[in-house]
Amino acid sequence: MYVAVKGGERAIDNAHALLADRRRGDRDVPAISLDQIDHQLALGVDRVMCEGSLYDRELAALAIKQARGDMIEAIFLLRAYRTTLPRFGASESINTGAMDIRRRISATFKDLPGGQVLGPTFDYTHRLLDHTLTSDSDIAPAATAPADQATFRSVADLLAGSGLIEGQAEASGEVGDLTREPLSFPAGRDLRLQNLARGDEGFLLALAYSTQRGFGRNHPFAGEIRYGEVEVEFFAEDAGFAVPLGAIALTECQMVNQFTGSATQAPRFTRGYGISFGQNERKSMAMALVDRALRAKELGEETGSPAQDEEFVLSHSDNVQATGFVEHLKLPHYVDFQAELGLLRKLQAEFFERQAQSGTPKEAIMQDAAE
Amino acid sequence: MTAPVYNFAYLDEQTKRMIRRAILKAIAIPGYQVPFASREMPMPYGWGTGGVQVTAAILGPQDVLKVIDQGSDDTTNAVSIRKFFTRTAGVRTTTATLEATVIQTRHRVPEAALSADQVLVYQVPIPEPLRFLEPRETETRRMHALSEYGLMHVKLYEDIARHGHIATAYAYPVQVASRYVMDPSPIPKFDNPKLSNCPALQLFGAGREKRIYAIPPYTRVTSLDFDDHPFEPYRHDASCELCAATDSYLDEVITDDQGNRMFVCSDTDYCEHRRALGHGPIAATQKEPADG
Amino acid sequence: MSAPAFGMAFASQAAFRALMECLSRPGEIRTLEGVGAPPPMAPATAALVRSLADYESPIWLDPAFAAAPAIAEWIKFHTGAPIVAAPDKAAFALVADSLAMPTFLKFAQGSEEYPDRSTTIIVQVERFAGPALTLQGPGIETTRDFAAAPLPADFAQRLRDNREMFPRGVDLVFVTGQAIAALPRSVRIVEER
Repeated sequence: MYVAVKGGERAIDNAHALLADRRRGDRDVPAISLDQIDHQLALGVDRVMCEGSLYDRELAALAIKQARGDMIEAIFLLRAYRTTLPRFGASESINTGAMDIRRRISATFKDLPGGQVLGPTFDYTHRLLDHTLTSDSDIAPAATAPADQATFRSVADLLAGSGLIEGQAEASGEVGDLTREPLSFPAGRDLRLQNLARGDEGFLLALAYSTQRGFGRNHPFAGEIRYGEVEVEFFAEDAGFAVPLGAIALTECQMVNQFTGSATQAPRFTRGYGISFGQNERKSMAMALVDRALRAKELGEETGSPAQDEEFVLSHSDNVQATGFVEHLKLPHYVDFQAELGLLRKLQAEFFERQAQSGTPKEAIMQDAAE
Repeated sequence: MTAPVYNFAYLDEQTKRMIRRAILKAIAIPGYQVPFASREMPMPYGWGTGGVQVTAAILGPQDVLKVIDQGSDDTTNAVSIRKFFTRTAGVRTTTATLEATVIQTRHRVPEAALSADQVLVYQVPIPEPLRFLEPRETETRRMHALSEYGLMHVKLYEDIARHGHIATAYAYPVQVASRYVMDPSPIPKFDNPKLSNCPALQLFGAGREKRIYAIPPYTRVTSLDFDDHPFEPYRHDASCELCAATDSYLDEVITDDQGNRMFVCSDTDYCEHRRALGHGPIAATQKEPADG
Repeated sequence: MSAPAFGMAFASQAAFRALMECLSRPGEIRTLEGVGAPPPMAPATAALVRSLADYESPIWLDPAFAAAPAIAEWIKFHTGAPIVAAPDKAAFALVADSLAMPTFLKFAQGSEEYPDRSTTIIVQVERFAGPALTLQGPGIETTRDFAAAPLPADFAQRLRDNREMFPRGVDLVFVTGQAIAALPRSVRIVEER
């Protein structure tokens, strides 16, 4: 006798208990600490903070631990927490020109004020597995030089000074926030940049790559990539002035792109902009390329490539949304499937009836279909 | 790092106000999809975040909540959402359709007739009925603005030309109060007639797509069709193996490796209710043969 | 989970739910628990404002409300909603003098693409009585009679014109003391008495 399935609640509880057990793994292996994740998997923490849209290293480390290293799951955890926080307002614009530089490179000038600063980078490492890392070997402290208070004007600013590149887009009025207002199209550049900054690194990387291969090419030069710490200030209504909240680490990329011009305007380079929390050059560079690609229409260029399609890019960049919808196919769909099955059986029956009337035996048709 | 403290029904009051304003517009413009600033919920997008936000925005301490998925109170996602509201709102829950004041559903409309004291909240994956004909929001929004629904009729007609029938078995498009074409969410078309002139308010929430829409009570809802190909609801030509119902939507269950199958009510409360009233299993001889 | 005080949350929910029911069933009258506010704001108006308004929903005040400075202060203190001078910029319009209510076209009507970007007008009236309008439309099983007073002499025509613009248009909420009723833009007048 068939009995309808029951016990969903117990099954869920048991599954969660099993998950907690597997997350901890072998109890003879010491549990990983949030500090260890924060310090030794720092770039993972950076990514989770950026796409999670919340700058908090400890919470991001916790999310990574809870998610068993599944980055999108960790980003999701951070987002779901973020959404419960009260919103006091928007910070003052950060000034990346005043960044406390950890790394700064330009691909457009051999040398420039402030110089090229390599900083901590995988660039030029030979990708050979380092077996000394399998144990806790002593790492000598890195050499340091005294801070020289050098200023690092951005390359784009230097070019702008001589009129060779378009000016910075002026912020017009209040900056939008797609977590407070649903996105509608066409979206302003503020909302586009917010969307891209929260967007999936892999998605942006693939789109950026596609522009380089000719799907919306925009002739990029990495004008400058800088990574370091920037002060965040918040205008306090009560105090009547901006108060510093602390410093955050950022990676900024200014791309110098394909020039534009017209009968009335001298030709000049254009810009693409990318920024991310922490150190993430791949993300910032990809973002800058996609930002520039999305400006194609505004700059009167030919459009039609995926990376230039605002609605396509902005609607599919969010990995929390994407993973939710792709994975929701795991949920029961048997009501719809039954409806589809019923329809299909009816269409098949009618098909075979028609064939029978025309004299073709059913077996022959099935045979056809199988071949 | 401090443990977060959540508001009644999880959402903060500001978010609830934003959702409530959207719900009011949705009721005033039946079938129109109101954009809303959907929040990140502690469950994945595509798993009912829209329905959950709508339910959280309307729910009060006096409500009795029922949550179903595929017609059943005991499917894992229904259990999970019910548990969420038990934890965050402490409201009374029920599996009895008649006792509930708010029913959140995925993919089904309950078999029992709903009353004016109830609100039915649907979880919606893709709220735009024209989306699979035209992927661009900018375009579909214009089509709704101009009531330009010819494309939908063309699609349905192409089905007829190709298959002899409209080849849509679920999420079958409807027109609300003779104006907006609306996606009824992926309910089987068997359920479509229940949407029309329903005494209960029906609210639809799409979290990932950030849309809320509504069918007010006693609103005419018609399934799109053609004079020579009228809309027909479909159900398996069988009766429920447990309660012998011949009017309910049926789930097909495969019972062995030989492909034998049987049918049971998809609405588990309806089925249990009937059995409590003494309706029993049907005789084995009436079973449909395996290759139907 | 710790239980913060939910009092305000419950009051907001109850007021919203009453309005949701009224909008779903045009012309039906419901009472709700009012909130104290400076005159001339009725307790039910105050409850609705606290339940629905915040910094994201600009409010327009009719001259009768605007004449009482305590009203704007009360709204700002309790909701943070900006008070706007242009009625077509308002999410909510509060009308204390129902006879002098501006024509609906002065308010935001929404666009064909976004008809939801419109003003909801909350009108205080003295009573739900007087010459009745017989209504049909979504939310009404057969017909329903609705009466409120005092209203401008051409109110029925204004409502017809509003319906003509559907899906654009304004939605109306009527308040007496503790009772509310609503006429969404979808209602049609079938008879005027």
